[in-house]
Amino acid sequence: MKSLLKNREILLTGIIALMVAGFSTRAAGFATPANLANIFNDTSILIILALGQMTVILTKSIDLSVAANLAFTGMAVAMTNAAYPELPLILLIVMAIGIGAFLGAINGYLVWALQIPPIVVTLGTLTIYRGMAFVLSGGGWVNAHQMAPSFLTIPRLAVLGLPVLSWIAILIVIGAWFVLTRLPFGRAAFASGGNPTAAVYAGIDIGRTRFFAFVLSGALAGLSGYLWVSRYAVAYVDIAAGFELDTVAACVIGGISIAGGIGSVAGAVLGALFLGVIKNALPVIGISPFAQMAISGVVIVLAVVFNARAEKKAGRIILRDRAAPENKTEGASA
Amino acid sequence: MSDIATSKRVIPDRLGTRTSRILASWEVLLFGVAVLIFVFNALASPYFLNAWNLSDATFNFTEKAMIAFAMAMLVIAGEIDLSVAAIIALASTAMGAAAQAGIGTPGLVAIGIGVGLACGAFNGLLVAGLKLPSIVVTIGTMSLFRGISYIVLGDQAYGKYPESFAFFGQGYVAWVFSFEFVLFILLAISFAILLHATNFGRQVYVIGNNEFAARFSGIPVERVKFILFLMTGLMAGVAAVCLTSRLGSTRPSIAQGWELEVVTMVVLGGVSILGGAGTIAGVVIAAFVMGLVTFGLGLLNVPGIVMSIFVGLLLIITIAVPIIARRIREMH
Repeated sequence: MKSLLKNREILLTGIIALMVAGFSTRAAGFATPANLANIFNDTSILIILALGQMTVILTKSIDLSVAANLAFTGMAVAMTNAAYPELPLILLIVMAIGIGAFLGAINGYLVWALQIPPIVVTLGTLTIYRGMAFVLSGGGWVNAHQMAPSFLTIPRLAVLGLPVLSWIAILIVIGAWFVLTRLPFGRAAFASGGNPTAAVYAGIDIGRTRFFAFVLSGALAGLSGYLWVSRYAVAYVDIAAGFELDTVAACVIGGISIAGGIGSVAGAVLGALFLGVIKNALPVIGISPFAQMAISGVVIVLAVVFNARAEKKAGRIILRDRAAPENKTEGASA
Repeated sequence: MSDIATSKRVIPDRLGTRTSRILASWEVLLFGVAVLIFVFNALASPYFLNAWNLSDATFNFTEKAMIAFAMAMLVIAGEIDLSVAAIIALASTAMGAAAQAGIGTPGLVAIGIGVGLACGAFNGLLVAGLKLPSIVVTIGTMSLFRGISYIVLGDQAYGKYPESFAFFGQGYVAWVFSFEFVLFILLAISFAILLHATNFGRQVYVIGNNEFAARFSGIPVERVKFILFLMTGLMAGVAAVCLTSRLGSTRPSIAQGWELEVVTMVVLGGVSILGGAGTIAGVVIAAFVMGLVTFGLGLLNVPGIVMSIFVGLLLIITIAVPIIARRIREMH
């Protein structure tokens, strides 16, 4: 299992390297360090969101509300900044993380306490959160000239050659790796998705684990809300519409099993970078940016096919299949 | 997304006549909600109780409900199709391109339905044939189908449809009854018969309740699932014909977000998202509830995105209330 996962990440790294090499034959300068750093910076927000999504998916759940959470939090932070430009930035960032975590906690609570299936909960909150962004703003925009200079410039500030935005993503990657592999919460997350029944017997509170996974995903979405608004220097209701699917796609491409329990931080990061490289390469090699959606679709489908094969080889699918019908009846009657 | 195993184990009470009584009560409850909303709307707006206004209100849900019937069966069988709105976009784009090339109305309808069937077959092949999880597969094909529309259309739109094509979305069969509404009723009856009075329908329930038992009792699980995806694609194609005809134009963003509204309608109709339970009658009432809510809010000048808050709340509350009620019962 371990070596197989390793293969998966090495394979994905190889594919990304091949893609970069291929694109640079068409457009000289694509593979320069400056451009690669630029792509990484451009993908930072997707990486952050994919890590939150991954944690949720590991526990056999899904969070479709991340993009709506991002839009609401981004709008709230931008409006606060426009109304009170003198507030220190750190306070706004704390506020973004706090609002995001609260919205995530609502998802988590509904999943934990009421045992409503996560896909239903987050489908519902997806429309609610984005609707609330509209109610909050009245459909208006917050434009660059209304935002304080520090609000806009700090994520762009270059530190050791990389913008602060990239450094935030790197820190979160390290943090996610630490939380998921070195803390009890990480082990509980893997266990509650890999085999929920066994996890319960091992004394893991699955509901609680899921709750915290949703809170984490929400907090990262909230932080991304600030980063997004700052990066694009505008806040409106429809920012990041449909971006939740990109985060799921990044996870699926990165080998995180939608059935829960299988995946790695490196996989999620590589999955996000894969999409980021394609997104940045399309205009360079002269393909219409309108083709990006279809390409993502093909990649997701291929990745799902590939994942299913990899999981089958590991022999774990049998265990999970037997557990599934039993869980189902419990879910319906509990 | 199956649910967790808690230490408190409960004996399933899904089989037997008690379940049918509980189900019946869900539909009755929902019907009560529909009546309440109807009365509230009639009191809130003087324009509501008018045959033509009410007829207009049905356009809010007929197209979505057509898909919801097929989606209900799919969800009962334990699968889901999130690509339905994208299928509408692709079918509509194909019809638009054909109309531009001068193809007549019968050809356009055939193309719309054909594209729907092809997309459904593609989903079915991936899920039933390759045994992949339907939620991710259809997230992928959703991106793919709509992506193709974007490649074809970009920021352009198709608008030149033949005049006779307008009948499907704008025509009336008799008095205030639109073609769409009559089609909706006919489809509701057909799907109710298919789900509740045929072997095929019974097999759908068995698969949703226990796929392993279904396999052991000789039900061709893969074939049933494939047919269900095909039917969902077909219904998305039919909805695409109606919607395109009603709007008279096609953009790649057509029917954006409808997959969520269709799933909401299905779940609101009492279909268990975990599979195995639900009725077409419930979905029909849920369609009316959602149509009445959005139409009533529209008469009160509530913007569309705020309506979506109500739809989201409706989805969560209708699922949460029975769970909370059961909790309270269990405490005593």
